[in-house]
Amino acid sequence: MPPTLLETPLAAWHVAHGGRMVDFAGWRMPVQYASIVDEHLATRRAAGMFDVSHMGRLAVRGRDAVAWLESLLTRRVADIDVGRVRYTLVTSDAVAPPVVLDDALVSREADAADGSPRLALVVNASNRERVVAWLSSRLPRAGVSFEDYTFATGMIAVQGPSAIGVVGRLCSEADAERIANLGNYRATTAVVAGHPAAVSRTGYTGEDGVELVVAADAATAVWEAVYAAGAPLGLLACGLGARDTLRLEAGMPLYGHELREDTDPCAIGLDLAMNLDGRSFPGASHYAALRERRSGRTRVGLRFESKRAAREGDVVMRGDRVVGVVTSGSFVPTVGAAVAMAMVDRDAAASGTALDAVIRDTRSPAIVTPLPFYQRERRRA
Amino acid sequence: MAADLKFAKTHEWIRPEAEGVATVGISAYAVEALTDLVFMQLPPVGKRVKAGESIGEIESVKAVSDLYAPVSGEIVAVNESLPGSLETLGKDPYGEGWIVRIKPDDLAELSGLLDRAAYDALVGSQPH
Repeated sequence: MPPTLLETPLAAWHVAHGGRMVDFAGWRMPVQYASIVDEHLATRRAAGMFDVSHMGRLAVRGRDAVAWLESLLTRRVADIDVGRVRYTLVTSDAVAPPVVLDDALVSREADAADGSPRLALVVNASNRERVVAWLSSRLPRAGVSFEDYTFATGMIAVQGPSAIGVVGRLCSEADAERIANLGNYRATTAVVAGHPAAVSRTGYTGEDGVELVVAADAATAVWEAVYAAGAPLGLLACGLGARDTLRLEAGMPLYGHELREDTDPCAIGLDLAMNLDGRSFPGASHYAALRERRSGRTRVGLRFESKRAAREGDVVMRGDRVVGVVTSGSFVPTVGAAVAMAMVDRDAAASGTALDAVIRDTRSPAIVTPLPFYQRERRRA
Repeated sequence: MAADLKFAKTHEWIRPEAEGVATVGISAYAVEALTDLVFMQLPPVGKRVKAGESIGEIESVKAVSDLYAPVSGEIVAVNESLPGSLETLGKDPYGEGWIVRIKPDDLAELSGLLDRAAYDALVGSQPH
């Protein structure tokens, strides 16, 4: 393991608990502790906890912070109320045609004491440096301050049907109740296991849950408290392997796979990640034109007869014709089958279409299947 | 475990049986390192293979690994029930979890493989 890899505040815990450490986007991260299947199923049935401290965390402050982000993000920022979180893309028109630099969550935190707005962005680890460089290049001389606080904090995702209850046990009654009543894509602050935390009802597993951001020097204490509270209920610590199978099963795109620099967001079902009407974010007119054109390949789910998994880059055929390419694929434990997401020609994208993926020179039959492959039962309001 | 097991550096074991046939499987270390096995492809009976050639593949949730012939010869049997019960590999990798039987062209080829102590030293020095 090269010594230049970045480490999260939880790296020592992972190693001490049998985490198999790999290089992920320049970070030394656990891919699994024991079994990816067990970690996946624990998250679906009880809870899983994930070190997501490698994700980039950026703070945008100052009186012009809202207007500045409004000009840069594909989602509207001006109408995000305090305590709300939005999924957005970060685009750049520094090159032609414009590119998608990343997908991100943007949230509006409580205003500063002087009344100026405070916003936070969570970006992919693999894109943090270039998003920081891009945003810095667009920073006005005054009115906005911008800080990458990734290394000052740790981030812990607690996901699964028991997640809210587990976190609530570590909070005061009032904080626990506020977290329990927090809607999806809403955020608040709380004291968790004695440490101040930013808490958002978000995640990347298809389950209910929260993501906690705490000071770096509190991360291990909070992590151990969540683990101790959750383990008796069946919670497992989970690595990046389970994180990937969970998000694949939930049909969620991953930057670098389904979503790339040159992706038409509408073609992968991310129409809602762009507010185009009356907007002027970088590349807005380009993406509006793409939306009208509706051409090229589109994202589909594939479910295989065999448990043999298609992997990224495998060609998809319909008869003798190449119709697409796999962007992510794996055996997924809840469904109990090999599935994949693929970009395919629109005339091969209808649900029920029989296609083949070419896996190491062998054709493996699959059926185009609506995404997501797995959806949790939602509580009724 | 029988003392007459030999190992390839690629984690297959081979054990000579009666009538010039040898049984092949993968080591407990390999099963443990792979984890979460979901799929296995076996070669056809009658296939002629060379030492070091891929004779099948074993796939975990995370990755695919080739299975290599430890010696040259002919595949004379495959464990047909194994792909449908991959947990057997974890429970009994040197017994019920056997994968193929090979009729080696030259049984002397086995002497070029690692013995138990040498294999243990090899995997003991590898990161898990």
